[in-house]
Amino acid sequence: MTDLQVPRSGRAVAWDRRRASLASVWRSLRNDRLALLGFVVLLLFTLMAFAAPLLSDKSSLSAANTGDNPVWSPPSWEFLFGTDHLGHSVAAQFLWGSRISLFVGLMATLLQVGIGSLVGLTAGFFGGWVDAVLMRITDWFLVIPFLPLAIVLAAVLQRGLWTIILVIGVTSWPSTARLLRAQVLTVRQRLYVDRARSLGAGRIHVMRRHVLPNVTPLILASTTLAVPISILTETTLSFLGLGDPTSTSWGGMLNAAKDNSAISGGRWWAYMPPGLGIVFVVLAVTLFGRALEEILDPRLRER
Amino acid sequence: MRARFLIMKVVGALSTLAFVVVFNFFLFRIVNENTVESMFRGRNLSASQIARLERQFNLDGSKWEQFTAYVNQLLHGNLGVSMKDFRPVTTVVGEALWPTILLVGTSTLLAMTGIFLGFRAGWRRRSRYDVGVTTFSMFTYSMPDAWLSMVFLGLFASGLGLFPTGGLEDSGSNATGLSQILDQAHHMALPAMVLAIAYIGEYTIVARSAMIDTLREDYLQLARAKGLSDANVRRKHAQPNALLPVVSLSALNFGFVLSGAIVVETIFSWPGLGQLTRNAATGPDFPVLQGLFLLFSASLIFANLVADLLYGRIDPRVNGR
Repeated sequence: MTDLQVPRSGRAVAWDRRRASLASVWRSLRNDRLALLGFVVLLLFTLMAFAAPLLSDKSSLSAANTGDNPVWSPPSWEFLFGTDHLGHSVAAQFLWGSRISLFVGLMATLLQVGIGSLVGLTAGFFGGWVDAVLMRITDWFLVIPFLPLAIVLAAVLQRGLWTIILVIGVTSWPSTARLLRAQVLTVRQRLYVDRARSLGAGRIHVMRRHVLPNVTPLILASTTLAVPISILTETTLSFLGLGDPTSTSWGGMLNAAKDNSAISGGRWWAYMPPGLGIVFVVLAVTLFGRALEEILDPRLRER
Repeated sequence: MRARFLIMKVVGALSTLAFVVVFNFFLFRIVNENTVESMFRGRNLSASQIARLERQFNLDGSKWEQFTAYVNQLLHGNLGVSMKDFRPVTTVVGEALWPTILLVGTSTLLAMTGIFLGFRAGWRRRSRYDVGVTTFSMFTYSMPDAWLSMVFLGLFASGLGLFPTGGLEDSGSNATGLSQILDQAHHMALPAMVLAIAYIGEYTIVARSAMIDTLREDYLQLARAKGLSDANVRRKHAQPNALLPVVSLSALNFGFVLSGAIVVETIFSWPGLGQLTRNAATGPDFPVLQGLFLLFSASLIFANLVADLLYGRIDPRVNGR
């Protein structure tokens, strides 16, 4: 008995385990080349969005400062992505638009996952009539066609950035709610939960110590996978002219290009950059999210 | 058991429909006060004219009176009149129905080829074919419909001049019979292709994971043990079982294709429900938008009901639940 084990607190053990599982997630991710690629691309776009004020002056997008610029100038050294119908630099719009698209995508996702988690956890946790009522409502929202609902809401509400975020969040939560409810129900039936209950653990304790830690990875994975949908929906709504009129996202750029006959005029540089930007961001998040889901979702792990 | 399953599903669908009607009514009343004034802003209406318009659009009286009037109208198949040209909403929507059915139907059939791609990819998991199909699916999934439409339009219609830039048929053409069909097909080729590409990925991915779920089943082992060839095991034993999740996807996807049609029809000026939705939303023309929303929801509810019942028919295990 020379090696005296210092008794460690339960909390320290728990943190050790958390660190270890985080490390194992990272190890699995590192082996997935596509997921890493997605992560790097996403990081680059995020950096670009943050660095927009350093790379381009926002005042260059106001009409007062572009009077001398050529209109519909193709890509050149002076204007990397050319100019639009007002002589604005498409590259500068692309930079500033990335901020709007990414911000709306992220915020709408957080709202959506927030509502979905709240409903799903409450339903799964309380069960009984609360569950029945909440799931009935979820089912209703699940069959309402998502984009028409978003369009109707965007049409009746005041136009603005937060309206778009609200519209996407409010229309897309049902699938998250169902997913989380199912997970809570499975966790509640585990043996260790029975054991904790028989030792006198209350509902709150079971929820905080057993259910939440088990569903958190799932919440994380579904958050990642919801970002692409939010970004694509924002694109569609802005493209249809229902976006924020004061700040132009990538979808708004597509709308402006279409309205000013960039397509029939062969001015491809007006719509290729924002479109490709969306494709790359959405693809990157999807690749990363799918890998993360495969690691974090126990049902997919065995495959 | 069967009868109970059927009744439960039908009642569920009807309750959803009732919810949609209530939701649809209040969405347009609570959120937007003084609809008439904001709609006809700048036209300097007198108080009596406003009152008459409010009566016409069923906006006078208490909320409860408005609601009962709305439901009463609905039961008589009356969706009100358009705020734009005062034509009945049923007429406006009815005119746009056929072009959308044609477009959405064609593109859905094209996109469903993704099911076979997905099945094969799932069967040969992690093969080069699988990686290729999955990457392709994720790439098409990442493309916004709006952008893909613009690229196709710019490249194939405006650029190369292979296809018309929009519309249902050549303007002023009074062709009939075969030449009319060919003309419409020529106009439909690009929008249908865009919608098919936009949705093929979803079918592929779901079919692939359904196939992967099936791979572990014991009956496949048995089929192999019987000495069936690999292709036979896949076609006769794996695929029919993997088809189940795909059935319910097709119903849900119906709603998404409808949504995609809103964007694609707007760009290709296809005179269908999608373009109508966009115009009604930006107008805004609330009665038309309300009618369209009801139609979209009702058709999605119906598609889901059909999928549920079909599901019970294909898979006897579902009935008992």
